[in-house]
Amino acid sequence: MLCKRIIPCLDIKDGRVVKGVNFVGLRDAGDPVEVAKRYNDQGADELCFLDITASVEARGLLYDLIERVASQVFIPLTVGGGVKTAEDLRPLLNAGADKVSINTAGVNDPTIFDKASHFYGAQCVVAAIDAKRRVSAPPHPRALSQGEREVSEWEVFIHGGRTATGKDAVAWAREVADRGAGEILLTSMDRDGAKIGFDLELTRAIADAVSIPVIASGGVGNLQHLVDGVQKGGADAVLAASIFHYGEHTVAEAKAAMRDAGIRVRM
Amino acid sequence: MKSVAIVDYGMGNLRSVAKAFMHVAPDQSIVITADAKVIAEADRVVLPGQAAMPESMVALNASGLRDVLLQASKDRPFFGVCLGLQMLFEVSEEGDTPSLGYLPGKSVRLPKPHRDHDGSPLKVPHMGWNAVHFPEAMRTHPCWQGVADGSAFYFAHSYYAVPADNVLIAGFARYPDPICVAAARANIFAVQFHPEKSADAGLQVLKNFSEWNGKPL
Repeated sequence: MLCKRIIPCLDIKDGRVVKGVNFVGLRDAGDPVEVAKRYNDQGADELCFLDITASVEARGLLYDLIERVASQVFIPLTVGGGVKTAEDLRPLLNAGADKVSINTAGVNDPTIFDKASHFYGAQCVVAAIDAKRRVSAPPHPRALSQGEREVSEWEVFIHGGRTATGKDAVAWAREVADRGAGEILLTSMDRDGAKIGFDLELTRAIADAVSIPVIASGGVGNLQHLVDGVQKGGADAVLAASIFHYGEHTVAEAKAAMRDAGIRVRM
Repeated sequence: MKSVAIVDYGMGNLRSVAKAFMHVAPDQSIVITADAKVIAEADRVVLPGQAAMPESMVALNASGLRDVLLQASKDRPFFGVCLGLQMLFEVSEEGDTPSLGYLPGKSVRLPKPHRDHDGSPLKVPHMGWNAVHFPEAMRTHPCWQGVADGSAFYFAHSYYAVPADNVLIAGFARYPDPICVAAARANIFAVQFHPEKSADAGLQVLKNFSEWNGKPL
């Protein structure tokens, strides 16, 4: 049967791996090929690259980076950040990305999912959803925009979590799945960087709402959190950054913890 | 120098497959090509695929490569990857598309919603790492050499091939029932998973193919 996946996530700036807390105090964390190889050797099932480069000129560095990693690391590579149109997928896929995640652009124009899925196949289209618990009560059902069928506890944010959209996260997950996304990368804005575990209720709500795989992200502080994401949240894959980057745990240790908890993983 | 032709019919990204072959067979010429002459002269031919079946068959038919592929499928090591495996069969449920018909059988969709034996939902696409098992008669196939039964490979697909004869099944995975994820006959070997993305196990399969003489056993 299918294994649950562990996906280390790397932030990329100007073609280099960087790490920092909440984008403050970014520092160089090495050559992307070396870091990717290290995680691959530890048994990572997939790698996620998030490009946080601001300038358009630096985009070429990203393509070069993917190209170099894809020449030496033979596991799936997901790349996100900066995608604005369906046409933007092609150079990323050509460079060696297997999947491209779409976030803000999808909210601005949801048909990007239909187009990307049609042109390149659902298997390479990842819908990234940044969700945050509503501070106040959900809006009255009458206030829902057309097509929204329900209200949950979570709202969709874009622009790296800075802009509220008013969209309901569960309804949005259903919509992107219906439009042809092959997978959802779900990040809890509340938990991101907090190291207190995934928002399991959010993960469960989305995982139950769609029939495509869901990757849980945001909040991992220890190995039990990864186990909980799968067993309690219903995630198909778990993504983490800092627990791997700072050497607290290796991917192999994370897999062993999941295996010992009775989760099927690729050892 | 021996050569591997990776057939480019205008759909999808072939670089990953090419890079993986370059990695395991550095002494061979690995070419991505849409040129019938190059394919005709290649020692080994790879038919990749990753997009939708209807668009892929339209593109393949328009490429003018069907004759040279048919010939290659009969007389030299021929490797299908992902959609490239499904294309070898006669027809796909995906858009009711006629495919190449080198092997008897069809491609069908994983049911949606897809259920595990205990009733819990299984996701479609079948995406991620799954264990591949070999039928007894296929365990000694040269393309499986050095690959342990039950090794995990990376999958990303919603349709799968159903050969008309079980003797064609070279490998199966459970999701939850066994589905055919590798097919073989004579000089043809094809896999539903992505060997170019399946770490060491996948690279071993590619290496095996790059050294295979096209004889099953």
